[in-house]
Amino acid sequence: MTMAEGDLAVTELHFVRHEQLPPKPPPAHMRGTLGWMRENLFSSWFNVALTVAIGLLVAWVAVELARFLIIDAAWSGTDRDACREAVQHRPIGACWPFAFERMPYFIYGSYPIPQRWRVDVFFVLLAIGIVWLMAPRAPRKNWGALYFFIVLPIASFILLHGWELIGLPAVDTVLWGGILVTIVVATVGIVVSLPLGILLALGRRSRMPTVKMFSVAFIEFVRGVPLITMLFMASVMLPLFVPEAFEPDKLVRALVGIALFASAYMAEVVRAGLQAVPKGQYEGAMAVGLRYPHMMGLVVLPQALRITIPNIVNTYIGLFKDTTLVYIVGIFDFLHTVEVARIDPKWATPVTSTTGYAVAAIFYLIFCYGMSRYARAMEARLASGRQR
Amino acid sequence: MADRPQHRAALLNDPKVRSIVFQFVLVAVVALLVYVAATNVIEHLQRTHIASGFGFWNNAAGFDISQTLIPYSANASTYGQAFWVGLLNTLLVAGLGIILATILGFLIGIARLSSNWLVARAASGYVETIRNIPLLLQLLFWYNAVLKSLPEMRDSIVWFGGVYLNNRGLTLPAPVPQPGLEPVGIAFVLAIVAAIAFAFWARRRQQHTGKQAPVGIVALALIIALPLLTFAVAGAPLGFDWPKAGRFNIAGGMEVLPEFAALLLGLSIYTAAFIAEVVRAGILAVSKGQVEAAYSLGLKPTPTLRLIVIPQAMRVIIPPLTSQYLNLTKNSSLAVAIGYPDLVQVFTGTVLNQTGQALEVVAITMLVYLTISLVTSAAMNIYNARMALVER
Repeated sequence: MTMAEGDLAVTELHFVRHEQLPPKPPPAHMRGTLGWMRENLFSSWFNVALTVAIGLLVAWVAVELARFLIIDAAWSGTDRDACREAVQHRPIGACWPFAFERMPYFIYGSYPIPQRWRVDVFFVLLAIGIVWLMAPRAPRKNWGALYFFIVLPIASFILLHGWELIGLPAVDTVLWGGILVTIVVATVGIVVSLPLGILLALGRRSRMPTVKMFSVAFIEFVRGVPLITMLFMASVMLPLFVPEAFEPDKLVRALVGIALFASAYMAEVVRAGLQAVPKGQYEGAMAVGLRYPHMMGLVVLPQALRITIPNIVNTYIGLFKDTTLVYIVGIFDFLHTVEVARIDPKWATPVTSTTGYAVAAIFYLIFCYGMSRYARAMEARLASGRQR
Repeated sequence: MADRPQHRAALLNDPKVRSIVFQFVLVAVVALLVYVAATNVIEHLQRTHIASGFGFWNNAAGFDISQTLIPYSANASTYGQAFWVGLLNTLLVAGLGIILATILGFLIGIARLSSNWLVARAASGYVETIRNIPLLLQLLFWYNAVLKSLPEMRDSIVWFGGVYLNNRGLTLPAPVPQPGLEPVGIAFVLAIVAAIAFAFWARRRQQHTGKQAPVGIVALALIIALPLLTFAVAGAPLGFDWPKAGRFNIAGGMEVLPEFAALLLGLSIYTAAFIAEVVRAGILAVSKGQVEAAYSLGLKPTPTLRLIVIPQAMRVIIPPLTSQYLNLTKNSSLAVAIGYPDLVQVFTGTVLNQTGQALEVVAITMLVYLTISLVTSAAMNIYNARMALVER
């Protein structure tokens, strides 16, 4: 019996599990939305107070924005009466009929209406170039660069400025305006500043003392002064430097100022990229007998530029925002057209200014935020390539 | 014999020779450009009979400036004095802007890393929105859409019977020092000295005995209480010049121009977004092990942040922070768009238009900004060198 009991005991002791138990779910107060909120919003009394205060602030901003942009906004009408509280007998937010009516002016400025298709074609050509260069999987990048940096500028100039020989009447740059000018200034900025910036960056790292000196002096000078003084210099001093017969028109002067300014900043970005290329790459290129242009063009620059893409895009975002400064030297960029339109007596209401600024803010926000997302995506792509 | 042609070919390909030739060509091209530009300028100036040189500096200015920190009047002052007025206005708005942007930027940068989801999200929303809207647009918005749509002069918003807010600015009671105020100033200086001495003593004691003293609270109490006490004892020797609303303007008081307010607000809010990113990057650059080590030694989150994270983060933060300060100073030149009388508006705007001497005026303006930039970056290099020595 005792034996049997012992046997029984052994068999009864045999309760150890062979398979692992599934982990128990966390306690109810740590799970789901409630648990998440406890963890991330109300973890301490200080956090509770903070959450409530910031929550109220965010809610207030969101409600005010929604009221102004959508709920209280005027949506249709032909003149200022549509957006006046005294006429409409209700609080009025944004005056959208004003923005709708002025949209062509915001886009084309005073570009002659029958010729505006040329601007549309320019936008399409530019979009092709940007997608070609920026999409990571687009084929034949070198052709894309040729297109963007040589074909596109020439074609755009003929298209926008006109060429009587092929039947495109000339359109004076005084008539250009709005988003067209903003895009033109930003595009010229990038098309000039990238090659010039690369040259300046190479010059700054050159072993030739005079080349280095000129590059450093130019870069440090331009980076040390505000863009607005560069624009003033371009617009009042440039005409003095050239013979009277070649006096550049107003837009060209502003373009020179912007392009020189952007080049100095681009040079520093490219220089950082050049410094990030390992020394062995330079030595390897020299060891296989490449000359300087081949070493730079075939070995160093492709690597340097690839890792610099996010920074180039970030510099470009800065350039895109800085184009608004041409307003101060009298160029009709997008912001300037908004400034002109908002004081038009036809639409004089208390909300017209704010509506105009809201349109401009949304435009810049979409473009700049889009570009910064692209820069971040490229950064992640590059990082994943290096993490092997 | 066979050596000679080889030597000649080598001469053409000799990097040294090439580099000398190339540099020579470059210098020649630059010299030619300068020469052409200079002859054109001279010819242009002769044709248009514009004076040259810096003689205009001592000519009577003849225009008014809406905000002057030094004595200035349209009739009695020169262009040179107008220059100093503009420069001081630039430095004023830049200095105040740097202080505000730093406070706001640090708060938002730390908020972005908060464990509180809502706070972190709100902070990153702020950064993403403000960074992606051009500064000029923000300035115009603050000036034209916000400050200019305040009530008219006769419907001013009045607070405490002496603060007037309307679309022509903010008028505050101006403090007028009465005799007997000097001891308060002396007490203030003494309080600062005492606070520093206390902090010094507290540190020595902590190093010797390990006992801590509430340095922050004591210092604050000293600096606030001592001058206040002296002020009360001296019989409150401070009067106020209360503004009085007239029919068309407000007499007396201290006026804050809407241009100044818009510029200060716009610059601080814009730059704070960039400073927040700098601060965030700096804090993230401190390795996690440092925080974990501090916790395992028993430090609480606040001392950990103050004693472990921030000193190490500052090394990463300060260089880009300086360049943000420089950006703010340079961006203050956008004052010209809303009419705040800064250096660019006064000098490159009005003086240039009146004298027509573009070359000299633009050169002086650029020189001023260049000096500020170069001095700051020189100071930065010294700082960096000292920081590098601290490391192993």
